[in-house]
Amino acid sequence: MDNYRTPLSRARGLGSAKHGASHWISERVTAISLVPLTLWAIYGVLRIAANDYGFAVHWVSNPINATLTVLTIAIGFWHMHAGLRVVVEDYIHKALTKSVLLLLNLFVCGLAGALAVFSILKVALSGGAI
Amino acid sequence: MTDTSQKARAPLREAPKSPHLQVWRWHITMWTSILHRATGVALYGGALIIAGWALALAFGPDAYALYKGLLGSLLGKVVMFGLTISAFYHLANGVRHLVWDSGHALDIKSANASAIVVFAFAVAATVSVWGIAAMTGAI
Repeated sequence: MDNYRTPLSRARGLGSAKHGASHWISERVTAISLVPLTLWAIYGVLRIAANDYGFAVHWVSNPINATLTVLTIAIGFWHMHAGLRVVVEDYIHKALTKSVLLLLNLFVCGLAGALAVFSILKVALSGGAI
Repeated sequence: MTDTSQKARAPLREAPKSPHLQVWRWHITMWTSILHRATGVALYGGALIIAGWALALAFGPDAYALYKGLLGSLLGKVVMFGLTISAFYHLANGVRHLVWDSGHALDIKSANASAIVVFAFAVAATVSVWGIAAMTGAI
C-alpha cells in the first residue's frame, strides 16, 4: 500500500513512523473495491434468500460467484478490522483495555473471515457433500 | 470573606472539551458522521452473520435450514432490514467520503446537499431491495 503514497509525502519524510498514511490508504482502497462487491453481494443475498439449500450450493459452486464471495468476505473483514480499530483508538484510552480490544478485533476478524472463506471453498469444491 | 476563600479552595470546573454536544447545534452533517460510524459497527455484526451463513452452508442441509429459519424469523427479518439500510447508508456515505478525499465538494452547501442525497439513496435502495425480495419470495 506504500506505493500509493505521493512522491512529495515520501520526499518530506514526515510522520511518526513513516508509514502513517498506509492505514488511511488501505481503508480507502478496500472501500473502493467494496462498492461494486457489496452491490453484487446484495443481489446474491436476494437470489439465495428466495431459494433453498440446493440452490445456495449450486450458486456458490459457480467459479465467478465463489471468487467474488471470497473477495467480498476477505476485503470486507479487512475493511471492518481497519474501521473498528479506529473506533477503539478514538474512544478507549486505558492502555490495557485498548490493547485487549485491538487484539480481539484482529482475532475476531481473522477467525470469522478464515472460517467463512474456508466454508465457501469447501462447498464450492465439493458441491456441498459432507 | 469566608465565602470567597471557600470558593477559592473549590476545585476548578473542568474546561469544556470540543466538540461537545452541549455547545454544538445539531446539524445534518453531524448526523451523517455519527451514523457512518454506527452503521459501520452494525455491519461488523452483519459480516459475522454472513460468516455464520457460510459456515452453516458448509455444515450441510440441516444446519442450513436451521440458520435460514433463524434469519427468516421476525427478529431475523428486523435485523436483516436494519443491515440492509446500514449497508446502503454506509455505502453511499462512504462514496461521499471518497469524493471529499479527492478534494471535491468540501464546502458547507455541498456537504448539506450530499447528506440529503445519501439519506434519500439509503431509504430508496432499502425499500427497492425489500420490494424485490417480497416479489421474488425472498422474505
